[in-house]
Amino acid sequence: MAGANRLAEPHGLLIDRSRTIDFEFEGEAYQGFAGDTVASALAAHDAWLLSRSFKYHRPRGIFTMAGQDSNCMVTVNGDANVLGDVEKISPGLRVFGQNYKGSLRKDRRARIGRFSRFLPVGFYYKTFFKPKGAWEKRWAPIIRNIAGLGQIDTEAVPAYYDKQYKFCDLMIVGGGPAGLSAAKTAADAGAEVLLVDENEALGGALNYARFAVSSDAARDQRGEMVAALSAAQHVEVMTDAICNGWFSDNWLPVIKGRRLYKVRAREVVLCTGVLEQPAVFHNNDLPGVMLGSAAQRLIRLYAVRPGKRAVVLAGNNDGYAVALDLMDCGVEIAAVVELRDEPVYDDIAKAVRAKGVKVYEGHAVYRAISTSDKHHLKAVEIRQIVGQGQCGQSGERVSCDLLCMSVGYTPTYQLACQAGAKLGYEDNTAVFSISGLPESLHIAGSVNGMWDLQEVLRDGEQAARAALRRLGYEIKVPPKVVNSTVSPSFGWPIFSHPAGKEFVDYDEDLQLADIVNATREGYEDVQLVKRYSTVGMGPSQGRNSALATARLVAWATGRSVAQTGVSTARPPFAPERIAHNAGRSFYPERHTSMHHRHVEAGAQMLMAGAWWRPAYYGPSGERDRCMREESLNVRNNVGLVDVSTLGGLEVRGPDAGEFLNRMFTYAFTKQPVGRSRYVVMTNEHGVVIDDGVACRFHDEHYYVTATTGGVERVYQLMLRWKAQWRLEVDVTHVTAAWCGVNIAGPKSRQVLATLCEDVDLSAEAFPYMGVREGKVAGIPARLMRVGFVGELGYEVHVPQHYGERLWDAIMEAGAAEEIRPFGIETQRLLRLEKGHIIIGQDTDAMTHPAEVHLAWAIARKKPFFVGARSIAEIGKQPRKRKLAGFVVNDLDAPIPLESHLVLDGDKMTGRVTSCYFSPTVGKPIGLAFMTLEQAIPGSSVTIKSTGGVFVTAKVVELPFYDPENQRQDL
Amino acid sequence: MPFALLKYGFSKKYPARHSFTPRKDLNQHYDVVIIGGGGHGVATAYYLARYHGITNIAVLEKGYLGGGNTGRNTAVLRANYLTEEGVKFYRESLQLYRGLSNEFDFNIMWENRGQLTLATTDAAMRSFRWRAEVNKHLGVGSELVDCQQIKELVPLLNLSENGRYPIIGGLWHYDGGTARHDAVAWGYAKAACERGVELHQLTEVTGLKITNNRIKAVQTNRGIVECGCAVQAVAGTSSLLAGMAGIKLPIHTYPLQAMVTQPYKPVLGPLVSAPHVHVYIQQTSRGEFVIGGGSDPYPLYSTRSTLEMKESLSSAIQELFPFIGNARLLRQWAGITDMTPDYSPIMGLSPVDNYYLDAGWGTWGFKATPICGKTMSELVATGKVPDLIKPFGLDRFYRFEQVNEAGATAASH
Repeated sequence: MAGANRLAEPHGLLIDRSRTIDFEFEGEAYQGFAGDTVASALAAHDAWLLSRSFKYHRPRGIFTMAGQDSNCMVTVNGDANVLGDVEKISPGLRVFGQNYKGSLRKDRRARIGRFSRFLPVGFYYKTFFKPKGAWEKRWAPIIRNIAGLGQIDTEAVPAYYDKQYKFCDLMIVGGGPAGLSAAKTAADAGAEVLLVDENEALGGALNYARFAVSSDAARDQRGEMVAALSAAQHVEVMTDAICNGWFSDNWLPVIKGRRLYKVRAREVVLCTGVLEQPAVFHNNDLPGVMLGSAAQRLIRLYAVRPGKRAVVLAGNNDGYAVALDLMDCGVEIAAVVELRDEPVYDDIAKAVRAKGVKVYEGHAVYRAISTSDKHHLKAVEIRQIVGQGQCGQSGERVSCDLLCMSVGYTPTYQLACQAGAKLGYEDNTAVFSISGLPESLHIAGSVNGMWDLQEVLRDGEQAARAALRRLGYEIKVPPKVVNSTVSPSFGWPIFSHPAGKEFVDYDEDLQLADIVNATREGYEDVQLVKRYSTVGMGPSQGRNSALATARLVAWATGRSVAQTGVSTARPPFAPERIAHNAGRSFYPERHTSMHHRHVEAGAQMLMAGAWWRPAYYGPSGERDRCMREESLNVRNNVGLVDVSTLGGLEVRGPDAGEFLNRMFTYAFTKQPVGRSRYVVMTNEHGVVIDDGVACRFHDEHYYVTATTGGVERVYQLMLRWKAQWRLEVDVTHVTAAWCGVNIAGPKSRQVLATLCEDVDLSAEAFPYMGVREGKVAGIPARLMRVGFVGELGYEVHVPQHYGERLWDAIMEAGAAEEIRPFGIETQRLLRLEKGHIIIGQDTDAMTHPAEVHLAWAIARKKPFFVGARSIAEIGKQPRKRKLAGFVVNDLDAPIPLESHLVLDGDKMTGRVTSCYFSPTVGKPIGLAFMTLEQAIPGSSVTIKSTGGVFVTAKVVELPFYDPENQRQDL
Repeated sequence: MPFALLKYGFSKKYPARHSFTPRKDLNQHYDVVIIGGGGHGVATAYYLARYHGITNIAVLEKGYLGGGNTGRNTAVLRANYLTEEGVKFYRESLQLYRGLSNEFDFNIMWENRGQLTLATTDAAMRSFRWRAEVNKHLGVGSELVDCQQIKELVPLLNLSENGRYPIIGGLWHYDGGTARHDAVAWGYAKAACERGVELHQLTEVTGLKITNNRIKAVQTNRGIVECGCAVQAVAGTSSLLAGMAGIKLPIHTYPLQAMVTQPYKPVLGPLVSAPHVHVYIQQTSRGEFVIGGGSDPYPLYSTRSTLEMKESLSSAIQELFPFIGNARLLRQWAGITDMTPDYSPIMGLSPVDNYYLDAGWGTWGFKATPICGKTMSELVATGKVPDLIKPFGLDRFYRFEQVNEAGATAASH
């Protein structure tokens, strides 16, 4: 059944009467038409109570019917805080009201409202903290539980959301009369136009408001304009699409469906219209009290009669258009309460009066009266206005089930203000005006203070022409349109009541006195009023409260409304799902070209930045055994490790050597071709930030490696300094272009030799720190003799797509020697045995080279390198700490973990940076920062180990293994 | 219902007391001029008035009380820093926070919710263990936790091993918590004004009059004010104001953004931080999720917010809590942060004799508000730098004695 309140055609622009839809609200079955929203379908069945308010749990229902308030927020299929007045129904939809204890109709927490006078503005600041700790232990949990609107579904997984870029010459936000006019103008000139409207149907107010005595005028106008636009070229129209923010340089997010469009527009015209504003009086939040435009939307868009007997509260002539609309659909008009003393009536108002409707001029609705269950409007009390915001002592009671408020508007200024616009306010027009827009942003229509339809249309054209001119079109720009109509905003539709409940902010249940009292307590700036009272912080972000707040604060503090202003309009315009902004997410991960070989070999993979690297090869519970076997195999035999993640940078050009001289601490200009040198990078503070090797393949070509995690920074710094120094050098980041392995161990030469035809691997021809180019297993390769793990070893770097082939070839060639792969954890153990540090692990953000045995890597004779001056200055001061090697001789003691503290008595003197049980040394070995006194070999230091157990460690000379370097020099 | 509220319900006239200095002209002279009416400025004024008997103080604020970073931060209170100097300093601050409501007779809503920082790499675990060990040694409650413990602390967290960033452990700072940021500034201002301090809002300092290396007066948009000494506490514009005093600060200024959702019923207790995706979150006592992250990538003196940051914060937080994708964002905003090279503040003496610095607060200013006010007031009153802030003097940059907290600040403000 369609519902008792359903009107006949032609009403119902958005509904399809041929399709009925069944859904549930609060567990009861309802039926609506396709195109109905939750609120319209329920209203058709005379169900007006939709939800409960934030603080006092007051019954709430339709208010704007445009998704601009929180009164209709419902939970739909478990999704909380859905705007029920714009959310479409669909078959089987399960809808619930929100924020109640018990049932929506019988909310046990509604009692709180009775105590509202004991809950003054900011009441939670005034108490709840005695005795000390009472807030967090007693009150915060209670208040947290009462607060909050919907229950978020923590089991839900967001659906698929994505993003798309768009570009246009001119974007028009808002497809009402001004927007349609602007779009047509721009399209006719040949510009690429994007027209975005948050509503389902273009037309804006033409779809629901009444512009003439004839009820068809607006519909005909809309039909013509939409038809004209759809015939135009170069226009893309997006409806049901909301432009939710303005970011620098016309960067505009538009949400439609499950997609976020990111639009870069050369010019933008905002035709965002106005938001009708409520009057402030006692019980102005009762279901049945709504904006005039809300009633019109119900009638025209959804064919729902908004009540049976109505009072219209008018502060302008638009209220009479509402009255006429109501009469047309059979609603009895009990009275028009006219706020103005001496109204100037237009034709529509005259037509209403001609029908004999009773009009109370100079009167206000003093209070709304509820039915006995408090769920709906039953009557209003009308009183004469005797001064600003003041009513006479007695009044007249008029029964009604609908009160429509038409008392004024506020421009939809949010996007403009995000772009830096300023708001002005004149007392005689009682409406905000917008100025100070960026040059590429224009406004037109009612948002620009135009009220007459013809002027709105001309303003749209004018703005479009101004934009087109800036786009380079030879087009005439007419002078700015000047509004000729009386402002439809009434200056003070605010009436206090001794019992309060005159709501200024419906989202937060803030009454008139709350705003005024905030200023009395000293919170006078409107921003402080917001923060103290929470006005404007709720889901509608002050859309329905900012104007009244500005007026009240201005009045209470003796300033003008313009001086008072509104709190900052921040993006987004309307609440938006986090999932829309997240989209598909982009967290890339990197695999080396040998990745699959590691996985096949049973490696445990660990994350290193974006890379995945093999930690060790074997079951995850057998780390220590795997590491022991892998490390002993390197020491005694031969092992293979993937080093592809190491950063690779090609440095070329006549100044390449000089460039490295300045970037790194050591000297490079005289480095022979065919040799590598260790590189250390320091920052301006003299702190060690990266290391690697520089391989010289040609006079003007170095291949520089950097750490896995550090290469991006090294590359950025190289580019920055290169630009500053203007050296003739070229830097290319080739990490992803090369992959590599390190084959290490006493049998590494023997294995590699079987794969090399054109490189002599003998110790004489290819010594330690030598570099060569040649072929390995037929693959073009760069070979480097290195000693990181302390054995004879070669790094072999090849173009990345040869990775698996290289890996397979070496594994096959080494099979007879029982080669086995080793992982990063094993490599860390091996290098520790050899006393080599890892930048980032064995250094921190304060580490100077001398503290970590790198003084030798500083060339003191060259004139400059980054950090040189700091290092020189630091060198003049006494050193405070040093990285020293230690062993733990007590094999029963818990092995210290990395970052355990080194103590001197109770004082922290350093920390362990690396520590492993070394199968080669036969005991735990490690590196730790400590004082110079502690760092004397042979002395004992205390380490605070797991569980606070003190472990005694013995300081030893580094390295732990092969101090004569015989193994790597084989 | 607490008794304190009864008077509001039973009084005929609203029993309001004006909490701050009513609008009035500036005096010709103040013993102390504090530039900046944020948390730090009013806290310094409060401690001077309360504990040092100095009340002829003007706090000059160019906008409104607490409208800068005090009102823009995400109210994360913690002391799980890395250096001994830092941990001791923030430890004292947390201790003071616990007693503020009762000291002010104004509820700042301190809640000891605990803060959890997540690790996805062994490098992160190593750095967390370092912080935990230093914290424990200095009496600050921090410990390493494994995935099982994390599951108990924050059951809604995505702990799947198949995600892009499987969580391997975390740093549980059970001393951490939150408070209502605005209320901290208001409480200090109220308590200071009660003791005779003058708070002048909409009063912008436009110049400093310095002769013989001493500050004599400050020029404002409302006229010149003489002063016995001056303190600058202006956060994001620190380097600009110090510039007026001829002082060059080693500060780079970056915007820092955050965003907030609609209110929902409480589901998240602890504060959760995930440096690997540069995001952190807490659910306020109103039920909103407040989400923040790292600083903007390039320096700027601007509080505009960006779409890019909103996108990155959104995808990051959805990695941690998939359900939150359905929550609706209400607002995003930005503050301006004055970042130092070592992520520690610059406090204490300046090259100008009677001009004191309270700057370099980057992303860690709010949590230091009480201790900063306390120590700065001691400095102003006695002329001696309190031990607790000695390490944070500007001269440390000339002596290569930085207090490096780089490892303890990333995306965990």
